[in-house]
Amino acid sequence: MNKTEKNQLQKLACKVRMGAIEGVYNAKSGHPGGSLSAADLFTYLYFREMKIDPKNPKEENRDRFVLSKGHCAPGLYATLALKGYFPMEEMKKLRHIGAMLQGHPDMKGTPGVDMSTGSLGQGVSAACGMAAAGKMDHKDYRVYSILGDGEIEEGQVWEAAMFAAHHKLDNLCLIVDNNGLQIDGSVAEVGGPEPIDEKFRSFGFDVQVINGHDFDEIEAAFHHARTVKGRPSAIIAKTVKGKDVSFMENQVGWHGTAPNAEQYETAMQDLNRVLSGLEAE
Amino acid sequence: MAEMVKKATRESYGEALAELSEKYPQVVVLDADLAAATKTGVFKKACPDRFIDCGISECNMVGVAAGLATCGKIPFATSFAMFSAGRAFEQVRNSVGYPKLNVKIVGSHAGISVGEDGATHQCNEDIALMRTIPGMVVLNPADHYEMKAAVKAAIEHHGPVYLRLGRLAVESFNNADDYRFELGKGVTLRDGRNITIVATGLMVSRALKAVKTLEEQGIDARLINIHTIKPLDRELIIKAAKETGKIITVEEHNVIGGLGDAVCGAVCEAFPVPVIKVGVNDVYGHSGPAVDLLDEFGLNAGHIVEVTKKAITKQSL
Ligand SMILES: Cc1ncc(C[n+]2csc(CCOP(=O)(O)OP(=O)(O)O)c2C)c(N)n1
Repeated sequence: MNKTEKNQLQKLACKVRMGAIEGVYNAKSGHPGGSLSAADLFTYLYFREMKIDPKNPKEENRDRFVLSKGHCAPGLYATLALKGYFPMEEMKKLRHIGAMLQGHPDMKGTPGVDMSTGSLGQGVSAACGMAAAGKMDHKDYRVYSILGDGEIEEGQVWEAAMFAAHHKLDNLCLIVDNNGLQIDGSVAEVGGPEPIDEKFRSFGFDVQVINGHDFDEIEAAFHHARTVKGRPSAIIAKTVKGKDVSFMENQVGWHGTAPNAEQYETAMQDLNRVLSGLEAE
Repeated sequence: MAEMVKKATRESYGEALAELSEKYPQVVVLDADLAAATKTGVFKKACPDRFIDCGISECNMVGVAAGLATCGKIPFATSFAMFSAGRAFEQVRNSVGYPKLNVKIVGSHAGISVGEDGATHQCNEDIALMRTIPGMVVLNPADHYEMKAAVKAAIEHHGPVYLRLGRLAVESFNNADDYRFELGKGVTLRDGRNITIVATGLMVSRALKAVKTLEEQGIDARLINIHTIKPLDRELIIKAAKETGKIITVEEHNVIGGLGDAVCGAVCEAFPVPVIKVGVNDVYGHSGPAVDLLDEFGLNAGHIVEVTKKAITKQSL
């Protein structure tokens, strides 16, 4: 991609991060760390990769997206808002009583949400179902799902992986947000799912390992995934939890904690600095 | 007189485990990447060698707990109720319940009062699920002191136990010095003649408030705290049915399959009286602050007062 296109995406990703922080701050709860690490992936998927129409969120030939790590809903919601599914104002009501934006994705109430998630390890099975339906009906839509690296400790993820390969779901692309942290510590300390790439490879996936904050690498990976035939794809995206907010980066403590007023100001300053840097480019 | 603490029962649980760790060296605590929230972290700090973080794998955790139990350990397999009782239900039934192993399944953040995380995390079904497993003891303590006593009782009871914990801080109403916890025995908190309110868990302190308001309005309601939903104190419930007629049950759980149904089952067989169930009316919750949600779903003193008055004035229900 050229420099201008890349700059555009980087600015959008920064706005996704701002929206996520805004939401979590106003809700006084929620999950900032993993929302920020996945922001570039959300951005690329919604603004470059997926065949979708925010004006027609239920169009039957659309590409599907399942946020299997459902707690990172703030990042997804901010992306959906920027894409035009609903006004960004909704972020201010995140997790409030009667809000359209629930603590975890709710397909019944939020336009653009294809599957309700929140119990880890379950989303990827639903993504397999969507991909299988696409095969049955000879449709050419694709199905994408973002998983956490902690999440893949769930056995169900591997049941789904086996299913996906067995049924040759080459219309399925899983993206592991490999930020290295979960709640009780690093994934290496707690659950030890590494080496993740070898595991998916041995389950029959086409596997790529990329820098999940580099849009050139992200683009190349999704392009390649589309050319894979006869088996599902997995993209292991190396990311930084809490990316671009100075005090959140790589901090276990910022998994599911909301910033206070002062921290919110600092976070917004950090992100505004990134944004103005990109605007000056 | 002990001080009146305001604490979530999950905190009392963590504290109790740590305090009892020396006396019961067979206790092993397992968690699934939620030690900070379920408060098993407190035990981990006290006894790192007897704490196992299984990562995000609740079904596996329950199976591991079963294996530990076959080797003489007393495992406490802990996660949010949605995942320990819900997700791992079949493992609990077949690997713990059926072989009658000495495993304690612990469900934290139970009920609607999880709050902002919303419906996928608000488990209003765990009591129903655990109650249907043959031989499973189901405990739902109401305050700090009761939780501490319940943890000890769970350790001392040989066999499968389900222990329900809450996220929201609750005011204690029991007294540390003279509180005696007896597994399977209900506690009469108020002796009344007009009607009986049977409450459990988080809802007991709210029912206590309701009973005080009713008293001011000239209604003499009996209040029973059921901390052990299974085995249920049938004797106490049937006695109440005989002496007061109508019964109201109050729980932070679906009205299907929980305390209300357990009470119905008991009186239906022995001494049928009307039972009115206050609980979550077979719907899902949604995101919001815990206390506001409890109000919205009628899980507060005001609503209990209303329901009780209606039940009393209606001649036949
Ligand atoms: C089945 C299940 N168990 C536990 C949880 C609680 N939980 C929410 S997020 C999380 C950690 C997730 O870590 P990871 O998948 O690495 O996500 P990320 O670091 O990207 O936020 C846990 C244990 C849950 N939501 N579902």
